[in-house]
Amino acid sequence: MSATVAPVVPAVTPAPAPRRRTTSEGERPSVGARAFGWVVMAVTAVYFLVPIYWLVVASTKTTSDLFGTPGFTFADINLWQNVVDVSTYGDGIFWRWMGNSMVYSGLGSVLMTFISLASGYALAIYRFRGRNAVIAIVMASMLVPQTVLAQPIYTLLVEIGLNNTMLGVLLPTLAYPFGVLLAFTYASAAVPEEIVEAARLDGAGEARTFFSIGLRMLSTGAVTILLFAFIASWNNFMLPLLVLSDSRLQPVTVGLSGWSQAAITVPGLQTLVVVGALISIIPIIAVFVSLQRFWKSGLSTGAVKM
Amino acid sequence: MTTAATAPTVARTSPRRRRGVGGGQRRAPYAFIAPFLGLFLVFTLAPIGLAIYSSFFQVQRSGLGFGGDNALAFVGFDNYVRALTDAGFLAGFGRMLGYGAVQVPLMLGLALVLALLFDSAIVRWKPFFQLSVFLPYAVPSVVAALIWGFLYQPQVSPIVEGMHAIGVPVDFLAPGTVLWSLANVAIWSVTGVNMIILFSALQSVPREIYEAARIDGASELRTALLIKVPMIAPSLVLTFLFSIIGTMQLFNEPMTMRSVTSNISGDYTPNMAIFQTTTLGGDVNLGSAMAVVLGIVIFVLSMVVQKFTNRKEGAK
Repeated sequence: MSATVAPVVPAVTPAPAPRRRTTSEGERPSVGARAFGWVVMAVTAVYFLVPIYWLVVASTKTTSDLFGTPGFTFADINLWQNVVDVSTYGDGIFWRWMGNSMVYSGLGSVLMTFISLASGYALAIYRFRGRNAVIAIVMASMLVPQTVLAQPIYTLLVEIGLNNTMLGVLLPTLAYPFGVLLAFTYASAAVPEEIVEAARLDGAGEARTFFSIGLRMLSTGAVTILLFAFIASWNNFMLPLLVLSDSRLQPVTVGLSGWSQAAITVPGLQTLVVVGALISIIPIIAVFVSLQRFWKSGLSTGAVKM
Repeated sequence: MTTAATAPTVARTSPRRRRGVGGGQRRAPYAFIAPFLGLFLVFTLAPIGLAIYSSFFQVQRSGLGFGGDNALAFVGFDNYVRALTDAGFLAGFGRMLGYGAVQVPLMLGLALVLALLFDSAIVRWKPFFQLSVFLPYAVPSVVAALIWGFLYQPQVSPIVEGMHAIGVPVDFLAPGTVLWSLANVAIWSVTGVNMIILFSALQSVPREIYEAARIDGASELRTALLIKVPMIAPSLVLTFLFSIIGTMQLFNEPMTMRSVTSNISGDYTPNMAIFQTTTLGGDVNLGSAMAVVLGIVIFVLSMVVQKFTNRKEGAK
């Protein structure tokens, strides 16, 4: 779970003013420096992109070509057949896994974002008894390692009878202290108290003020929280692995790693693992590339306070 | 919400209360916070409590083991003694220390160099290169491990093939190399997000500071090392801290790569030992004790890092 390193950090940095152009006049790097830059960037891009390129190439191959032809060049294009194979293997369980992942990560991160926004909004807008205690709890629980919680949560789920259920995987991901912290930071910066006050004078109730004004002003922050939550839960592996023994309830990561284990004895499965892996990352990469603007600006707005 | 009952007194005593506070306004924050607090209580605090509790018990099998009643018996620190004398569990910690000592500096070093380059004027096509560095972060670690697993396998990997062709016989999955192959997967996955964090920190440093340095005749390299890096020290510390925490929790990649090599044991990392003890070993109580130990180790480590870095900050 080294990816848990992730997003915790935006809060540290002060907000940049309107993003300045990094190439300002006056800086004329020498030819040597520019050449150095190109070389480093080229090597870097190759390192980071080659595995994904390999995955694309490999998923167009038959099993025998996967083992028999050079890895970085295309052989006979067999992509469609591979997709059909993935879709039909084991009564089409792959798409069931994709659907499960959408529930765990899609529905889960939407709910989690909403819960975080409500809490962050309350912490930023209201002064109430226990507020400081809640903030302290949120800060302290940032230090609780999430995957170390997997085993204790599993023990609890067994106790309360939610073992091997979808709820057992979904519910624990909904309380996400980092999401609350981000929402708190965004809400402090983006929702002026005067506007909330004005809404009240106009006779809007607290709930209506939150839904019609708060949520709208927090939309950029919301997308950022949603993205990180989505990635974090798409990455969630140890908990579902512990909790879900029924393969029809598993998310796609657990399903694929199961196929990968089984491929030791069933050779044809390797192609399915490759194609399945490619299909499984398409939605998340599409979301990421299309929402670039949000996570980039979110990282810097997240910085506003603290 | 039940907490609302206490609200009226709050509003009266709160020094920062606003004018004309209505009943709804007093109850509202508790209603907004209730879902998070409720879930947090049930799925974070309760599991921690339960783990600590169950780590002091052990299932005692009465009768002949079949159909006999299994009773929980209080065993004090027995489970902790067993955990701390379990050679496999301890070896996992050792492995993670070695792994972290290599992976964290390499990854952060790379992220820092890239962030500095992106912040400088010597790189073109920034959006493309930034996206390509960041893209692996969108690949779930399980899938990253599956992809690299193929790239490490001699039968499939064009990399292994190419290395052999130029006379370098590599084996990424040998007992001595597999740990570093795992480190590579992690570096590939998380460099991007750390780079973005350091880059946004760099972008927020006031431009005038560099201008002054340049007018004084400092080269871009000197500016980067002597001014930019110290300016973003807090971000570096945080990325460092979270990288260490991530390292100690390593699970997804080694667990997934077990399908391509037999050189990753079931208790290769502390988290894997916890998993194995709880599932295959069927010993939830010992697993809980191990989880508590790992939690404490991570907590102490992050405290040490924070103390150490705070002192350094203070000394300036």
